[in-house]
Amino acid sequence: MISTEGRGLVLDEKLLFEQSQPGRIGYSLSALDVPATAPQQSLMREEIAGFPELSEVDVIRHYTRLSTWNYGVDSGFYPLGSCTMKYNPKVNEAAAHLPGFAEIHPQTPEALNQGALELMYNLQRDLGEVSGFPAVTLQPAAGAQGEFTGMLMIRAWHEANGQKRRKVIIPDTAHGTNPASAALCGYEVITVASDGVLSKDDIAALMDDDVAALMVTNPNTLGLFEADIRAICDLVHERGGLVYADGANLNALMGISRPGDIGIDVMHFNLHKTFSTPHGGGGPGAGPVGVVEKLEPFLPKPVVIKEGDSYKFDYERPDSIGRVQSFYGHFGILVRAYSYILSMGGEGLKRATELAVLNANYIRARLEGEYDLPYKQRSLHEVVFSEKALANDCHTLDVAKRLIDYGYHPPTIYFPLVVPGALMVEPTETESKQVIDEFCDALLTIAEEAKNNPELLKQAPVRAKVRRLDEATAARKPKLRWEPDQS
Amino acid sequence: MDFPDELKYTEDHEWILMEEEVATIGITDFAQEQLGDVVFVELPEVGDILEAGKSFGVVESVKAVSDVYAPVSGEVVEINEELPDEPEVLNNSPYEDGWMIKLKLSEAIALEGFMDATAYQEFVEKD
Repeated sequence: MISTEGRGLVLDEKLLFEQSQPGRIGYSLSALDVPATAPQQSLMREEIAGFPELSEVDVIRHYTRLSTWNYGVDSGFYPLGSCTMKYNPKVNEAAAHLPGFAEIHPQTPEALNQGALELMYNLQRDLGEVSGFPAVTLQPAAGAQGEFTGMLMIRAWHEANGQKRRKVIIPDTAHGTNPASAALCGYEVITVASDGVLSKDDIAALMDDDVAALMVTNPNTLGLFEADIRAICDLVHERGGLVYADGANLNALMGISRPGDIGIDVMHFNLHKTFSTPHGGGGPGAGPVGVVEKLEPFLPKPVVIKEGDSYKFDYERPDSIGRVQSFYGHFGILVRAYSYILSMGGEGLKRATELAVLNANYIRARLEGEYDLPYKQRSLHEVVFSEKALANDCHTLDVAKRLIDYGYHPPTIYFPLVVPGALMVEPTETESKQVIDEFCDALLTIAEEAKNNPELLKQAPVRAKVRRLDEATAARKPKLRWEPDQS
Repeated sequence: MDFPDELKYTEDHEWILMEEEVATIGITDFAQEQLGDVVFVELPEVGDILEAGKSFGVVESVKAVSDVYAPVSGEVVEINEELPDEPEVLNNSPYEDGWMIKLKLSEAIALEGFMDATAYQEFVEKD
C-alpha cells in the first residue's frame, strides 16, 4: 500500500482581471516627439471596461505560476492510452534550435536551404524504411490530417481508374477520426463489429465493388495485433479496394514489422507519438503519410527529390491531390523526428518497440485479477481493462480521479467504446520498472480502496488543486468568458 | 431500470412506439444510463427521409459520442425541439419527455422483428 501523503498540488492564482489595479502599467513610454494627429472617429474604439491594468512582473508571475499547474511527460508518468506519451529527448530540441533550421524562411531559395531539404528528403526515406512504403509526404499537420490526406489519395486513385466507389469499412474499435476522415472525403462509413480483432469472414461478407477502402489500426486500439491482416488485405485487394492503416500504434511495430510489407497501401505516421516530438503545447504535431508505388503520383505536392547532389521541391506532379498544408508542413517537428531517428538508430528503434510492449505487458500481468481484462489475447504496447471488477459501484471515472490524488495523469478512459468503462494504459518504453511498479501499486491500492472505503474514490480528487468538476454542467451550460458580475 | 411494456426495442438500444402509421423513437433507459450525462443532442429536420439502419442523429455524453440509428424507414414528421436545449431530459425521462423523433412509415412493417420489453430486458442483462 502506498499513500497520497506528499503528493498532489496546491497552488492558487487569480485571473489577471481580478489582479488589476487602476492606473498600474507595464511600460512608461517616452513623450511623443512627433506632432499629434486626430485619427478618424470611426477608427476609435470605446474604452474596454475592466481591461486588466498590470505591471510586467505581475504578468510574468501569473503565467509562470500557471505553467506550474501543467502536467506533462517532463513532470511525471503520463500513461494516456493510444497517445504514446513517450519522453521527448532534449537533443531533439537542440537540433530544432540550430539557427540554420530555426531561422530559415520558407521562401528561401532552394539553393540556400539545401540542408533543410536534405533533412526532409532523408526523413521521407527513413520513414519509408521503417514502414515499408516507397514514397512519403511530410505535409500533413497531424494524424487526422494524415488520414484525410490518405483518403483523398485513395479517392483520387479510384477516380483515375474510372471508379466512383462510395463506401469505406471501419472496425468498431477505430479512433473516431477514422470515420470522420472518410466522411469528409464523401464516403459512407460501414462499421464492422470485431471480437477483439477483425475476422476475415466479416470483411469478406462486407466487401463489394463499391468499397473504396478498409481503414484499420494495427495493433488496434485494444492493443491486439490484427493477426489476419495479410489475408484481409488480400480480400480487399481482390475486390479492387485499398487498405488504409492508422499509424497511431506504430510504436508497437517499429523495427519489427512493416505495414507496407503486410499489404497496407497507405498509412499515416504520428511523429508526436512514435517519433518523440511534443504533443501540442510544445508545438504542433505532424502526420506524414506513406504510400505504395501505385499511389505515389497522388501525393500532395511538392515532395522533396534529389537530383545529382542537390535537393529540390518537385512541383511537376499532375496527378497530385494538391497541397494540404501551407509551405512544407511543420518543419520544426520534422527536425525533431529526424533527430530522434538518428540518435536511436535502427537497433535503438527496435529496442524501443520491444520495451514499450514489455512495459505494457508487465502492467497487464501486475493488474490482471484486480482489474478485469475483457480481451485475453496477447496484447502489444497498451492494455485495456474494463470497470467490471470494481467493487461497491465504483466506476472507471472514479479510478481515474483517484489516480490524480496519487500524482498520476489518468490513463485514457471510456475508449475504445467496445469496452464498458474502458481504462486504457500505454506506458511507452520511456518508463523504468520503478515508475511502473509505483503506478501499479497505486492502481492496486485504489482497487482495495474501492472494496474497503469507496468514498475515497467517489470524492476524488481530494489532493488536486480543484475537486471533482461537474463535467455535465460544464458541457451543457459552458461559461466561455469571465464577466465581472460573476466574480 | 425501466422497460415499458407498450414499446418495442432494438439491439442498438432504441425504443419504438407505434401509433397508427407513426413511430415515435427514442433511446432506452439502459442506453441513457450507459452513456452517462448527456450534454448534446443532434436531430434530423422535419421532412428528412430516413432509411432503416442508417444514423439519424447524435447523442453526446461526458463519456462518448454515439450515433442513433433509424430502426425503420420513413419521413420525419416531428422532432423533439426541446432536446437540443435540454439534453438532460434524455437522462431524466428517456421514454416520455425524452422522445427524439416521430416517423411516418414509408411502408407497413412487421414489428415482430423487434424485441418486446421482456426480451429486451433479457438482452441487456445478458451483457
